[in-house]
Amino acid sequence: MTFTTVAAPRAYAGSPRRGPITRLLEDERWLALLLLLPTVVLLGLFIAYPFVKGIMLSVTDSRVGVPGHFVGLQNFRDVWNDSIFRVAVWNTCVYTFVATIFKLALGLWLAILLNHHFKGKAFTRAFILLPFIIPTVLSTLAWKWMFDPTFSVINWMLFRIGVIHSRINWLGDPDLALISVIIVNIWRGVPFFAISLLAGLQTISPELHEAAAIDGARPWQRFIHVTWPLLLPVTLVVMLFSVIQTFADFQLVYILTGGGPANATQLFATYAYQIGIGTGLLSQGATISLAVFPVLLLVVIVQLFYIRKAETH
Amino acid sequence: MITRIDRRRLLQLSGAGAVAAGSGLAGILATGRAPAYAQTTTVHWLRWSDFVPASDKLLLDQIAPECQKALGIKLNLEMVNANDIQARVTSAVQSGSGPDIILALNNWPQLYTNSLADVSDVAEALGKDQGGYYPLSKAVATVGDKWIGVPWCVGGGLVAWRKSWFHEIGHDKFPDTWATLQAAGKELKAKGRPIGQALSHSFGDPPGFWYPWLWSWGGKEVDADGKTVALDSPATLESVKAAVPFWNDACDTGGLAWDDSSNNRAFLSGSISATNNGASIYLEAKRKPDVYLTEKGTPMWQDILHAPLPKGPGGQFNLPGPFTNMLMGYSKNQPAAKKFIAWVNSKPIFEQWFTSQQGYTDGATKYWANDAVWTKDPVLLPFRDLPKEGRLMGYAGPPGRASAEAQTKYIIVDMYAKAVQGTAPADAVKWAQDELVKIYV
Repeated sequence: MTFTTVAAPRAYAGSPRRGPITRLLEDERWLALLLLLPTVVLLGLFIAYPFVKGIMLSVTDSRVGVPGHFVGLQNFRDVWNDSIFRVAVWNTCVYTFVATIFKLALGLWLAILLNHHFKGKAFTRAFILLPFIIPTVLSTLAWKWMFDPTFSVINWMLFRIGVIHSRINWLGDPDLALISVIIVNIWRGVPFFAISLLAGLQTISPELHEAAAIDGARPWQRFIHVTWPLLLPVTLVVMLFSVIQTFADFQLVYILTGGGPANATQLFATYAYQIGIGTGLLSQGATISLAVFPVLLLVVIVQLFYIRKAETH
Repeated sequence: MITRIDRRRLLQLSGAGAVAAGSGLAGILATGRAPAYAQTTTVHWLRWSDFVPASDKLLLDQIAPECQKALGIKLNLEMVNANDIQARVTSAVQSGSGPDIILALNNWPQLYTNSLADVSDVAEALGKDQGGYYPLSKAVATVGDKWIGVPWCVGGGLVAWRKSWFHEIGHDKFPDTWATLQAAGKELKAKGRPIGQALSHSFGDPPGFWYPWLWSWGGKEVDADGKTVALDSPATLESVKAAVPFWNDACDTGGLAWDDSSNNRAFLSGSISATNNGASIYLEAKRKPDVYLTEKGTPMWQDILHAPLPKGPGGQFNLPGPFTNMLMGYSKNQPAAKKFIAWVNSKPIFEQWFTSQQGYTDGATKYWANDAVWTKDPVLLPFRDLPKEGRLMGYAGPPGRASAEAQTKYIIVDMYAKAVQGTAPADAVKWAQDELVKIYV
């Protein structure tokens, strides 16, 4: 055994001295505050500030380059009397409602299919996400070409296989135009539902399904009594996000139809843009955008209430 | 050549440079050449992506370097989609910084009157030198006697039509009344060659056809006082009633979903026989004579002619598209920008740009009606006279802010769109009247 020189043991000195900042951060409340600070700053700058500024704009008569004066709720009264606005309200509600129902149904069906084990499962799951991750503008331009009045590839195909004899005016007929934008929205949104619901499905233990099967439950019954109730919290959260996004949708309609024909596809966001930017009436544009807020607030409150209920059930 | 400079020398030079920059453009010009060490003034000019790409190339490759040499000004050119210009103007005005000069379409300057610099000196001088402005160019660029923009050019549309197809059905000239055009269109549509016209939410083609349609029947938006909405009239009702059979019998009904490029593509692919448009269809066909062919295999450009929109009971009209350069009020380079605008609109410089347009636009001043470009191709000659006979939105009132709002909301266009989609003409007119009243309050 060799000995190396060892320094004389030091007297016990207690835990090392901490600087004032370290001591501060050891307090959980301050640490929490500090960690939350970047998020609060970002939310404040990019969400809260525009929101408050929007409210301030909507109670004045300001235009581009003209600050304007306070006019109270006059803009809201004017906007409600605007027939185009009322059409936009109706269109947005129909658009959101129909698109969400279909996205939920198709997304759930896809999720259930993807939940099975099959060859190429990982690749398929990744592939399914494509419509959602391709930039909306690009995919919508492609759809615009597919629906084009003269060059539609869909019409060409249907014509060739003899289903139609004259072309379908996808974006020119008012009802078909709304259906067309809904179709594109569904195409884009189904992956979001599918992947989120798939994640939810995977948290459901297969033992529950086996137990139900042993008790004689058919697949449909298993779905109703086992899958659906356990999936409900995830479904409600996903639907909440989807409704909010769809209600405020802009890019899709702006590119496909610009709100036409004759306002048949005019939504809140496209009309707000048309008024605010196109005519320079910032106050009215802000008013139209803000009109979405009470509706969405109600949707959020109702859904959060149901989420709470579903979780504690 | 790179010379070695030591620190002392650099400090001396930058001191001299600061003085030179401080004395401004006058100081620079007095030396006879751009100083090597002074700050070069940059002028940022925001324009639309021209429908004639050769002109944009000319601006970048030739005009910008010439500007640097002649004025010592670095020209920062930016081209964006025309639809995006208003969004850029809005954000620039609200934030107080952005391009120094912005090219506006139609009567957009009237939307931003509070945010634009007074350019009366530059505009008046150019007008005097070049035979005066067309009234419509002046109307969108002035508020009273004050010029809020310097007119750049005037775009406009004529009907591009397929000569051989109309000859086949017995028309040597383009039909000059709506009734004869409807009859011809009906025959052509039966052969799969309808007339094509946009009736949608797009900023160029739809107003370019439907405002003149309204006027040609005697209809108008407001009275001459610029306040009393006069849309609801027997003349307007007639125009709406007539639009329905015209649309259904003679037109490609897909036009309800067209944007400003759809009619170009439809015409060049041989699916429509006539469309109201700028000269871009003809110019494109001429640019690629081997690509755009008639059904007989001959170059299509040889089969294209231009004609004015037909007459109605109220006359014959067109809606030109004036372009105006706005000098933004927030700009910190206003003297340099004014100098640039005066220079680029001067005869020798503008001539280069105007020639590259090949007749797609007219000058904003009457001087350019005599330019050599009009002798080059007789097919494009009819475009020369558009500004003389043009009317602007908001007729019979001035093309002010309210008319811009009405156009942006597509009130007139949608009045016809509703009627052809089944709304009773009287209801469509009433709807449009109510909407206009709210705007002109």
